[in-house]
Amino acid sequence: MSSPLLAIEGLNVSFETRKGLVRATRDVTWSMGREKIAIVGESGSGKSMSARAMLGLIQPPGRVEARRLEFDGIDLRGLRPKDWLAIRGRRISMVMQDPRYSLNPVMTVGRQIAEAYVIHHGATAAEARRRSLEMLSAVHIRDPERVFGAYPHEISGGMGQRVMIAMMLIPEPELLIADEPTSALDVTVQNQVLAIIDEMVTRRGMGLVFISHDLGLVSSFCDRVLIMYAGRVVEECAARDLHKASHPYTRGLLACQPRLGETTAELATLNRQAEWAR
Amino acid sequence: MITVDRLSVRFGSALAVREASFEVAKGESFGLVGESGSGKSTILRALTGLVDIAGGTMILDGEALGTKRSRRFHRVVQMVFQDPYGSLHPRHTIDRILSEPCAIHGLDRPEQRVLGALDDVGLGPSFRFRYPHQLSGGQRQRVAIARAIIAEPQILLLDEPTSALDVSIQAEVLNLLARLRRQRGLTYILVSHNLAVVAHMCERLAVMNRGEIVEQLTAADLHRREAGTEYTRLLMRASEGYDPALASL
Repeated sequence: MSSPLLAIEGLNVSFETRKGLVRATRDVTWSMGREKIAIVGESGSGKSMSARAMLGLIQPPGRVEARRLEFDGIDLRGLRPKDWLAIRGRRISMVMQDPRYSLNPVMTVGRQIAEAYVIHHGATAAEARRRSLEMLSAVHIRDPERVFGAYPHEISGGMGQRVMIAMMLIPEPELLIADEPTSALDVTVQNQVLAIIDEMVTRRGMGLVFISHDLGLVSSFCDRVLIMYAGRVVEECAARDLHKASHPYTRGLLACQPRLGETTAELATLNRQAEWAR
Repeated sequence: MITVDRLSVRFGSALAVREASFEVAKGESFGLVGESGSGKSTILRALTGLVDIAGGTMILDGEALGTKRSRRFHRVVQMVFQDPYGSLHPRHTIDRILSEPCAIHGLDRPEQRVLGALDDVGLGPSFRFRYPHQLSGGQRQRVAIARAIIAEPQILLLDEPTSALDVSIQAEVLNLLARLRRQRGLTYILVSHNLAVVAHMCERLAVMNRGEIVEQLTAADLHRREAGTEYTRLLMRASEGYDPALASL
């Protein structure tokens, strides 16, 4: 068996604060191949921090320690900024939650996408423009020429998210980290955006780390699910078996959501146990 | 209790709400569902007088609503907003936030009312002199609900009250809202993009799309998946999770 695309062992991300050490992730261990893996958990569970650590984005005073942190056989621990340039954005890229805050508001959409291509492939401006337009059609934007020349405020949220995905995919990364890529979108638009990501994973053999709080969504979209609570991975299962999850936290999360077809006077609430966090 | 008849709201050249009509009986919980830009929040804002209307009538408790809202209106109707981070004054203590409606409406025994409201929303007296930044999102939303109920209104307008919260906290806040309605006989209009939340909280609902009410149905219809329009069925399917067949629509 070939080495995994991404391997993480004993990842600890911590922050020194006035109130003492805050441990954002605790002894997180998992690995993945070219598949769709989901990290789910509530706010503060450490799911975004694990993703940031994979991209070397934890800034001091944040500390990252791991027994193993490897991407395609490359040790990511203590990588120099120069070495990160060849990986971040090029081989691993990240789609953020909200296009309104992640796109540069004073630069046209086309220039932002082309910039990513020029930086990572050293292409000419004309070549970058051609590829950008191709990429915009690939993410199902009907009028790529118009969107290419538009500013972020001139396009809708769903379109902005597709633009971000185009920008992240143009360097043809091997691993895409998507941090709540559809939570700001309407359900009908969400489906379209997911279909585009799905297509890229299937067609190009890309790996996907999908960070979300939506259990229903990840169980229908991903292959495997990691459930995080208080910085730890408390459970891991195949996405289609999520409804059979055994950890009381996962069971609690599943139970407290209202569902169509189920009428109850009162919703179940989560009874947090101290030992889950241990 | 509330009658909205052919209500229209115009923003510039765009019609945000087009001839929307519905009625809500006393003690009922009514849902408005739709995607962003469908006009559901605009209807709440029109009811509270936060936006001007372009046509139609709104009648509340037998009284037609004009352009100005009376003090009595605010005694009867209160609103809870989506964002618990943006809707509380960051430099006021919880005590001051809750005392303000008492002062506005000239209520007696403000101190007991503040303590009572904190108790009603499950926070307890230790929260009284804290600031919003010291509370979690769910706790802040409880404060927002306490502020809404402190003047003993009859109607609560709830604009996506749990969309900014984690699912486990959402369950707690929805249970709190359901209990308050039961205990006080409140009337709710709940705006949400989440069909399951509305089906859980409301007896009846209206589905909105592009400013229009496309249909009205009961929560029981929704639970049985008996929707009358294509659009509602699309919303139902899309909210069940990823469905590649829907992406091409």
